[in-house]
This record gives sequence, C-alpha cells and structure tokens, in this order.
Amino acid sequence: MRALRLLLALVLALVAPAAAGAADGTSRGRGLFFSGCAECHGADLTGVQADPSRRGADGKVPAGPPLLGVGELAADFYLRTGYMPLDDPEEQPRRSKPSYSERDLRAVVRFVASFGGPRTPQVDLARGRTSAGLKLFVENCAGCHQVVGAGGYLTGAEAVPLDQATARQIAQAVRIGPYVMPRFSERQISDRELDSLVRYVLYTQDPRDSGGWSLEHLGPVSEGIVAWLVAGAALLLVARAIGERIR
Amino acid sequence: MIRRTVRFLDSRAGVAPLAKRALRYVFPDHWSFLLGEVAMYSFFVLVGTGIFLTLFFEPGHARAVYHGEYAPLDGVRMTKAYASAVDLSFRVKAGLLFRQTHHWAADVFVVAIVLHVWRVFFTGAFRKPRELVYYVGILMLMLALLEGYLGYSLLDDLLSGMGLAIGNAVALSIPFVGGNLGALIWDGQFPGGDAFWSRMYIAHVLLLPVAIGALLALHIALIVARHHTQFRGAAKTERRVAGLPAFPGYAPRSVALACAVAAMLFLLGGVVQINPIWLWGPYEVAQATNGAQPDWYLGWLIGALRLMPGFDVTIGSYTLVPNPFWGGALFPMLVFGFLFAWPTIERRVTGDDRYHNLLDRPRDNPWRTAVGAAFMTSVAAVFFAGASDRFYLSFGIPYGPQIWFWRAVALGGPFVVFFAVRRLLTEVKREEETPAPSGFDAG
Amino acid sequence: MKWLWSALALLLGRGRREAVAPSAVERPRIVPRQESSPRAELAVLALLALASLAAIGFIVVYVVDRLPAQTQLLGLTLGLAFAFLSAALLVTARRLVPVEEISEPYPEPEHSAEADEVVQILDESGERMTRRGLLKVAAAGAGATLGAALIVPAASLGPVAYPDALRRSPWRRGLRLVDSKGRPIRSGDVEGKGLYTAFPQGVSHEELGSPLVVVRVEGQRLDLPEGRDPDLWAPEGIVAYSKICTHAGCAVSLYRTPLYEPTSKSPALVCPCHYSTFDPATGGGVLFGPAGRPLPQLPLEVDDDGTLRAGGDFSEPVGPSWWGVRRG
Repeated sequence: MRALRLLLALVLALVAPAAAGAADGTSRGRGLFFSGCAECHGADLTGVQADPSRRGADGKVPAGPPLLGVGELAADFYLRTGYMPLDDPEEQPRRSKPSYSERDLRAVVRFVASFGGPRTPQVDLARGRTSAGLKLFVENCAGCHQVVGAGGYLTGAEAVPLDQATARQIAQAVRIGPYVMPRFSERQISDRELDSLVRYVLYTQDPRDSGGWSLEHLGPVSEGIVAWLVAGAALLLVARAIGERIR
Repeated sequence: MIRRTVRFLDSRAGVAPLAKRALRYVFPDHWSFLLGEVAMYSFFVLVGTGIFLTLFFEPGHARAVYHGEYAPLDGVRMTKAYASAVDLSFRVKAGLLFRQTHHWAADVFVVAIVLHVWRVFFTGAFRKPRELVYYVGILMLMLALLEGYLGYSLLDDLLSGMGLAIGNAVALSIPFVGGNLGALIWDGQFPGGDAFWSRMYIAHVLLLPVAIGALLALHIALIVARHHTQFRGAAKTERRVAGLPAFPGYAPRSVALACAVAAMLFLLGGVVQINPIWLWGPYEVAQATNGAQPDWYLGWLIGALRLMPGFDVTIGSYTLVPNPFWGGALFPMLVFGFLFAWPTIERRVTGDDRYHNLLDRPRDNPWRTAVGAAFMTSVAAVFFAGASDRFYLSFGIPYGPQIWFWRAVALGGPFVVFFAVRRLLTEVKREEETPAPSGFDAG
Repeated sequence: MKWLWSALALLLGRGRREAVAPSAVERPRIVPRQESSPRAELAVLALLALASLAAIGFIVVYVVDRLPAQTQLLGLTLGLAFAFLSAALLVTARRLVPVEEISEPYPEPEHSAEADEVVQILDESGERMTRRGLLKVAAAGAGATLGAALIVPAASLGPVAYPDALRRSPWRRGLRLVDSKGRPIRSGDVEGKGLYTAFPQGVSHEELGSPLVVVRVEGQRLDLPEGRDPDLWAPEGIVAYSKICTHAGCAVSLYRTPLYEPTSKSPALVCPCHYSTFDPATGGGVLFGPAGRPLPQLPLEVDDDGTLRAGGDFSEPVGPSWWGVRRG
C-alpha cells in the first residue's frame, strides 16, 4: 500500500508540472521567449536600457521596449512579419520569413499575451468599401507609404512597401503604430473604417493597370527611364538605319 | 495624271519653280541630323492625339461626385477635370490609348530635343550664320517644358496637384515680384481661382502649341535659307553641300522616320502604362503622397530644390529670398542663360567669327566638347539628385549622404570632367591627322 | 480561287514596267536610271500587306467591345501598322527609288549689293523729312503710348498688387477643429503616437490655411519659442501646425513617431516632396531639408468637454514664403 502511494506521488510529481504547464499553456512560449527575446526585452518583459558596457560579441548593444500589455496584437504582428527577432536594435526592422515555426510562434504569442493587452482586430472585408478605403489611405497613410503602397523614404527611416501585407497585418499595424509609424486608434479609424482601409491596401497589391505594364507604379521616374532607354534608344537606332554615317 | 495636276497647280499658283527646287533640295545625310525630325514628328503626334483628347476632356475646377466605372473612386468628390480624365481612360473607346500616347509623345518629344541639342552643340552647328536657328530652338525647348508641365497639371490628380503647389512656391519665391506674380498667375492664393484653370487650359491647347508651331516653322525656314550643315567629306566643303535630294531620295526616309516615331509612341501608349491617374486619386490641398515626382524633363528642378540647404535669405524677420528661388528659378535661368549665351561665349573666347557650314566632329574641338561634357555633368547630377529617395529605396544608399554626394558632383564634377575630356581629346587629336581648320570669311 | 492565282501571278511576275515612251525631244535625265530589284518590291508589298493587316486589326479590336487588355491590343495593332509602313518606306528608299548624291553650292553668305540697296531705299525714303529727330521722338511716343494702351487691359487679369491675398487664413479664435468628415476632435482622442489632420469647422477644406496637423508632445520634450505660452500653444501637450510646408506648399503628411525612441529617431513631421523635417516640440522648427521657415503654429483652447478649438490665428503666414513675408 505504501509503495503504491509512493508510486502515485512520484507519477503526480512528474506529471503535475507538465499538467500545470498545459493548463496555462505558456511554458513552451516562456522558454522560447527567454532564449530569443529576453536579451533585449528583459526576462520580466520590462524592457532593457541600452548600456554600452554590455556590448555583445557581435558589436551590438541590446536594448528594447517593455512588452507588458502589448498583447496578442503586437506579438502576433511582429513575429509573423519577421520584424522580430531583430538582430541589431539600432537598425530598422525588416520584413522577413518568421523565425519560428507556426507552433512555436503561437506559443510565444500566447506567452506575451498572457501579460494582458489588446487582441488583433477582426477584419471583415465584405463590410468595407474600397473607395472609402482610398480616402482614408490618402489622408492618413499615403504620405509615408505612397498612394498605392509602393513605400517611401522619410527622414531617417523607410516606410515599407505594402505589397506583402496580409489583411490581419494591415489591421495590426494600424492599431500598433510599429517603429516610427503613427498609431490610429478606434476613435480615429473605427473598426468599420478599418475594413475599408484594409480592402484598399489589398487592392493596391494588384490594382487595375488598364494601361499596360505598370512599371511598379513608381511614377515619372520609371516613365522617364523608359522614354530614354526604350524610345530614345530605339529611335536612335532607327535614325542610324535610315541615315548615313561619316565615311 | 501627274502631269495634269502639276500643270494645274503651276497655272493657278505658279508653283513649278518652287516645286522643282524643293524636290531637288539637298539634304546632307548623316543619321544624327534626323534627331530634330524625331522631335518634330513627336510634336505632330502630340497635336493629333491632343486634338482627340480635347474633344472629351472637361477642364476646370467645378466639382462633382464620381459615379463612373472605376469602383475605387465611386462616391469620391473630385473636379470635372479629373473625372473627365478618368472617363477618358475607362469609358471612351481608345481613350486610354490616346491619353497614354499623348503623354509618351510629350516625354519622347523632350528626349529627342535634348539629343538634338547635344548634336547641335557638340558639332558646332550653332555657329555663324546659324545663331538665330539655335536661339529659336532653345526657345522651343523652354516652351516644350512649360507645355508639358501644364498638360499633365490640367488633370488635377494628386501628383500633378502637388507639382502645381511647388510651381506656385517657385513663382512666389522670385524676389520683389514673386508674391504678386504667384497671386496673379493663380488668381489668388494657391490652389487658385477658376480663372487659373481656364487660362492654363487655353495656354496648353492653343497658345503654346501655336507658339511652338510658329517657332518650328521659323526654325525650318531659317535652316532652309542658309541650308543645313554637313560633316566634311568628298564633295562636301564649306562652299558646296552634298547629299540626298529631297525627292525621291530623302522623302521616303523622312516619312519612314515619321512612321517609326508614330509606331514607337503608339506601341508605348498601348503597352506601357503612363500616369495612371485613377490610381493617384484627385488632388486635395491637405493631401500628399510620398515619392511624388514631376515628369522626367522637370526632374532637374526637383533635384535642385532638394539639393539646396535650408535657408531663406532674411533681414530681421522679413524674408527676402525664399529657398525655392535658388533651385526652382535661378538654376534653370542659369542653364538656359548658358545655352543662349554659348554661341557668343565661344565666339569671344576662340576669336572665331567666320562662317561655318562644315561641322566639327566632337573630337575635333576638345575645348567645346569638354565644356559641354562638364555642363552636362552638373545638370545630370542635379537630375539624379531628384531621384535620390528612389535610389535609397532601391539600393539602400542613405539619403542624407546622397544629397552631399550629388552636391559635390554638381559643383566639383564639371571641373574634373572638363580637364579629363579636354586632355583625352587633345591626345586623340594629336595622334590623328589634323584636318585644316574649317570656316571661311564672307566677302 | 481563280482571282487568287491571277493576283499571285501579278505579284511574282517580273512586271517590268517600261519607261514612259520617250517624247519626240530627248530630254537629259535629271534623276539617274538605276537597277530594279523585284525582290525588294516583293518585300515592300509584303510589308504593306502586313501594315494593312495590322490596321484592320486595329479597327477590329476597336469595334469589338470589351476585349481584355483592349488598350494594349489597340496600341500593338496601330503601332505595328506604322512600324510595317515605316519598314516598307525604308526599303523603298533604299531599293525602289534611285539613290543618288547630288551637290549644290551653299547659298551666298551675303548679298552685299542687295543689302546696300535695301539700306539705300530706307535712307532715300527718309530724305524728304526735315525734322527727322523730332518726328522719331513723336512717333516713338505715340507708339509707346498706344502699345501701353493695348497692354493695360491685361490688368483685368487681376490687381497689380496682392497685399493680403497670400496672408488669408480661415482660422479665428473659437473655431472648432474637425476631421475631414466634420467630426469634432477632442483632446482625449489625440494620443501620444497619433496623427490627426484637422480643419476649421464650416470652412472649405480647399483653402491653403485650412488643414492642420495635430499631435501630442510629451510634456518634458516641449520647448516652444519665446513668447508662446504653453497653456495657449500646447494645452495638455497638444500642438497644432499648418499642414502646408513652408518650403514649397506640399502637405506635411508624414509623422515620424517612434515606438521606442532610444533606437530610432525623435518625433518629427516630414514633408514628402523634398523631405523638409519639422520638430513639433519646438514650435515647428526645421530639423532637416530645404525649408527656410518653421511650420506656422496655431494656438489651441480645450473646452470643458475636451473639444479642441483655435485660440487665435497662426503664428505666421501659411504656405511657401514670398518676398516680404514676416516670420512669426
């Protein structure tokens, strides 16, 4: 009887932590966070102040904002776009393939979200209108991102092109204001308006190009290049074919 | 039947002697002499497609709500000008083809003029007795730039609206008269009154095309009066011009060139999208887009505006010379001033006041070629500076350092290029057998 | 079918055209006689046929409605038609018409005799007048005044001087700030990382002085110029500036606002045209770029319910500078 009780206790001792972990589901995420994120965001998610004496072997000084209360909204956005993990805190985050597998990604997101914060807004494209989205986009976004989302320069940073953004990511970015982008709250752009805005951005990824080859919608610079290198060059060749040369 | 027609025209209009001279007029035949014609035929395509567009375009600033075929603009308030341009693109059959061909023709028109001016400059064709031809040509270049700017600004889309704001700022920046000048042209404060829009329209569809057409006729008449220049060769001297007769030799070639230009422009107009205004949206004063650029031939102005360091010339709290003046007004004045002054400068510096019917090959005149190359280096650097944000986005070269780089090339580059080109060509010339200097004194 | 064979025979047959029967008087040739080239003729015929086909193609594409890529097909067919025609003309120029080089003298550089006669005509015509100088002055006067009279109606274009047209601004004390849809903006709406575009209530959005950018500046960063009381110019840290760039008039529609400032740049308003950069914390001062004047700032009042209202007019004129404009 005593051996049985001992055995039961042993089994419970082994299983309990795992069961506890499964119940709040964040132990895997916590582990991934500690190894991949804590260096810059702090083991307790309160952020890390840049301290030059802690320069790493790669020459970079870890630093990062606190993540308490950023919620599933930010965690999901940054990890899925590949903006995070960020190699060099001084550099602008760049879109890349996510560093985590789907399962790991969800685990990290769950972990960060467990500290509270907003969720990703639900986007219902059917409720939105592209024309309303155009108006919102030109008013609030085109100055940085260019009117059809081709991206652009702003002093000291780049406003990224939007050709790879998914509907979720567009909505998330609007509500977060990542890097140097402004944040647009529900009071400024309602969820309904956000539906229209997302519809428009998705439209810009494949807009109506009735005129032919779009030259990536970059405007007169590319048109000028075509005028010189295609038309100018071709007509020069035609002129040479027609006229004589100096003998 | 030909005989009857000729006889008829001769008895009714006395044209036989003129026709005989015209048919056998001698065209020196080098391929580089065709560049001016490429520009001329582009101009013809511009006028032809332009007439088509005027039949559908509604100029002016009256507002309407769009309920046309293009869904992303449905319900958007815009001017009739913009709405009719969108309708031209989507509702009028072949409308988009003609719109795009017209715009490509404008871009190619200026490309051809620039190539032509290079040829004229580097071969010395502007020398006595052809200075007048040259001045008329440079004047046409200026008018072509203005005409193009007005043309794409008529549509009142976001990109061209921003361009007009900048044009207004440059007008305002001119010392003494700028404030009044800007308000006069724009009929008040920007974005301007109704009169501004109707005046811009009339300038673009009537006043400037007639002016350019008249200057073109004068340009050609002056060329015919003194005859075209030629490169040195057998039977080609300062006193005798040799080449193809207008008929039957030159005429089919010239018409072939006209057809080739039309072919190129219509092909581009159909296959390569240009100025998709429905994507830019209508212009509003409170809106802007990143990456906005003028058409290529005004790229030197946006470059100059970006390169200037940020200062207004002030006395106390009064502004004397606002910043856009230097890049937007003074710089083009200097460039065109140089172009207009060049025949005189060359004559003074070289002391060469002789008649020239023979052309230099660029390497025959190292000094002039070096000056031209240096000048182009500066202008080209300013051009590229205008696209520096694009270079940053495409190649990762940081913007701030780029601005410094282009400033250095624009200011210092010409000196380096001048000395290098002159040195190189002088060497080449020394190795070659130097031909006798060209030119002769009249009388 | 029969006519097709005849057409082919005609095409391929060596249809050598004899020259027009010489007239009774043998005239010396002007255009030299040169060899024919039936192959070149065939090439030209083929090219002309292709040009016709392309042109017909254009007509067909035009008539058939709603083709996909219609503009591209129209451009291709019309462009090819011209291209084939061009090629046909080029072959004609090289092979089907005589190719010759002729020469003639350049025109006389001067015609001194006639030029002298022109001068003589002008001189002799004037000899009948005795008081030439006086007449010239009188004629010049009449011409100048008549010319002036003809030019004067150009003043109808507008007044000669526009002392205040460029200083117009719609903002007055008490005007509510609203967004582009007309909804009032409340101080609570303006968050730390938010960017608002505001207009005066009831005023056209198209006026240059209408649009504002409204942002919130963190208290300790605020450093307004002398004479701008923060209670009036930055109530609750909220600042409002003209959205029209003082460099060349584009809308300052970029707001660089860092999520984590230690690793990115400080907050700044940027203009997308030439990248003039303005600091909202220091009264719109220029940080970078070609602007020569700071962004005009609008004083603000906050109602009890948080509604934002203008506290007066701008600190200086809006938009690009002009000669004589005063800085605030």
